Amino acid sequence: MPGNASGVTVPPPRLNEFKRFRRVFLGRGVVIFGLIVLLFFIIITIFAPVLAPYDPYEIDVGNALLQPSRQHLLGTDAVGRDILSRIIFGSRTSLFIGISVVAISTIVGVVLGITAGYYGGWVYTIIMRLIDAYMAFPMIILALMVSSLLGGGIKNVIIALTVAMMPGYARLICGQALHIKENDYILAERSFGASNFRIMFLHIVPNCFSPLIVMVTMMLGSVILAEAGLSFLGVGITPPTAAWGSMVNEGRPYLLTQPALSFAPGIAIMLVVFAFNMVGDGLRDALDPSLRGTL
Amino acid sequence: MVSYLIRRLIQSFFVLILVTILVFAAMRILPGDPIRMLLTQNQEAEITQEQINFMRHQYGLDKPLYVQYFIWLDGVFKGDLGRSILNHVPVANEILRRVPITLNLGIPAFLLGIILGIPAGIICAVRRGKFIDTLVTTLANIGITVPVFWLGFLLVYIFGIHLRVLPVQGYTSPTDNLLLNIKQTVLPIICLALFPIASTSRQTRSSMLDVMKQDYIRTAWSKGLQERWVVVKHALKNSLIPVVTLSGMGLSMIMGGAVIVETVFNVPGIGRLAVQSVFSKDYPYVQGVVLFIAIVVIVANFLTDIAYGYFDPRIRYN
Repeated sequence: MPGNASGVTVPPPRLNEFKRFRRVFLGRGVVIFGLIVLLFFIIITIFAPVLAPYDPYEIDVGNALLQPSRQHLLGTDAVGRDILSRIIFGSRTSLFIGISVVAISTIVGVVLGITAGYYGGWVYTIIMRLIDAYMAFPMIILALMVSSLLGGGIKNVIIALTVAMMPGYARLICGQALHIKENDYILAERSFGASNFRIMFLHIVPNCFSPLIVMVTMMLGSVILAEAGLSFLGVGITPPTAAWGSMVNEGRPYLLTQPALSFAPGIAIMLVVFAFNMVGDGLRDALDPSLRGTL
Repeated sequence: MVSYLIRRLIQSFFVLILVTILVFAAMRILPGDPIRMLLTQNQEAEITQEQINFMRHQYGLDKPLYVQYFIWLDGVFKGDLGRSILNHVPVANEILRRVPITLNLGIPAFLLGIILGIPAGIICAVRRGKFIDTLVTTLANIGITVPVFWLGFLLVYIFGIHLRVLPVQGYTSPTDNLLLNIKQTVLPIICLALFPIASTSRQTRSSMLDVMKQDYIRTAWSKGLQERWVVVKHALKNSLIPVVTLSGMGLSMIMGGAVIVETVFNVPGIGRLAVQSVFSKDYPYVQGVVLFIAIVVIVANFLTDIAYGYFDPRIRYN
């Protein structure tokens, strides 16, 4: 029963925590669907050289713009490269950028957020107002501006998207830290003479784990979507690197004769982003009982 | 309410100043000398160091950075955002010329987000777990996933190329040809509205479900009120508070979406300008457009906060 969690809201007494988590997490069809898609996506990423039928960079002008056939399941592009192979290799670009951006912006965001939330006062004011200023730029505009300054390419796309994504984490962790630091166990820890650093990173950060893991999952999807947007605009991944966003754009002139060129990579983007969102939703339901089934 | 208003105003002003510093700083850490860029664009002839120094002086680039910032800021407050490096058109004029075009797409998209998103969310919450809920929720989840540019191509493919009922790109002012304007803007508006519709319905559903659990809703039911009244009079008002916030953010999303949608449909609005100026490395334009968009977002956030404080008195005292 996809989209419906009402069937799992009556847990038997004394169900252990992990079983409860698994029960709620896997309770929705879409979440399982998302997990399967992600598993598939990761396998493709790892085994891309084995799975791809052709070299994604091999130019073969004699076989340009072939219609989908048994030899080329999705056809070939304007310079004769196999579309399916490029989509398979494009998954590496997406995942690599997604993981890098999320990892860096999580670390920076968590450090900023916890510093602001834990110390409060003017530290809080300065950091949070800076974050507010950041948030005034729509994400794509910020990324566009950064990549206009730095140029395209994988490294610069990672920097641009990290700059754009980081404030969200800082805000989340800051809010959590404000809340958690009021708990008695933090007071107890402090009375033992624990350092600020210890309290922040050994007690508060681990307690932010649930919302953080949900955000990380959702952000992986957003980053992949944003990277595709930048590559589509032509300021992201530079050719000839296979990237889904730029493939959609490259297919544009052939929309009439060969729609698969644009549509196939777009479907890949959608599936993966959808999967990340659904798994994120599932994790939230499972980790935060008060929200269960509401989003 | 007045003190809340003033506090918010001061805060927004502070953020505004920070934004100007960020935009200014971003443009100054840029590799390359703006004067050389200016000169090589115009004349290929050899330029002496003296000429460069003279121009640097003329543009005030020999002053300390913070003085340059204040000179620039002074101009910004007077509505002077500099001139294009390429064609010397004042940036502010070009932005103002293009604003109505972006609004022509943005306002309908924004309204669609509210008009369709909120009722969809309410229906889902009220019929939770039923077929309609599953259907709409799934559609909304897909809606926040679709790459806007891909949707644009899909719509062009279906309506422009196959059915041939709508033009695939371009823009005509509604005062020149209203019918053509509507035809040309339908597809971009749909693209731009999809995300707001989907995210608004998700948020409405979520906060509605949250409110429906409250004690006063049970009280309303126990009074024997009809469902319609429980939903409309008691639940809706309180569940709209987070939706208001989201709608404020929706403007930011639409501004971001405009960048891509205007590129797909070749609409000469602000978003297209942003992309074009990034490509032509026309930095005064990049700076001006980014600053303009940020200011719009700050104003929208400010208004959202005011609405928020008005609807929910608890906010004012925090």
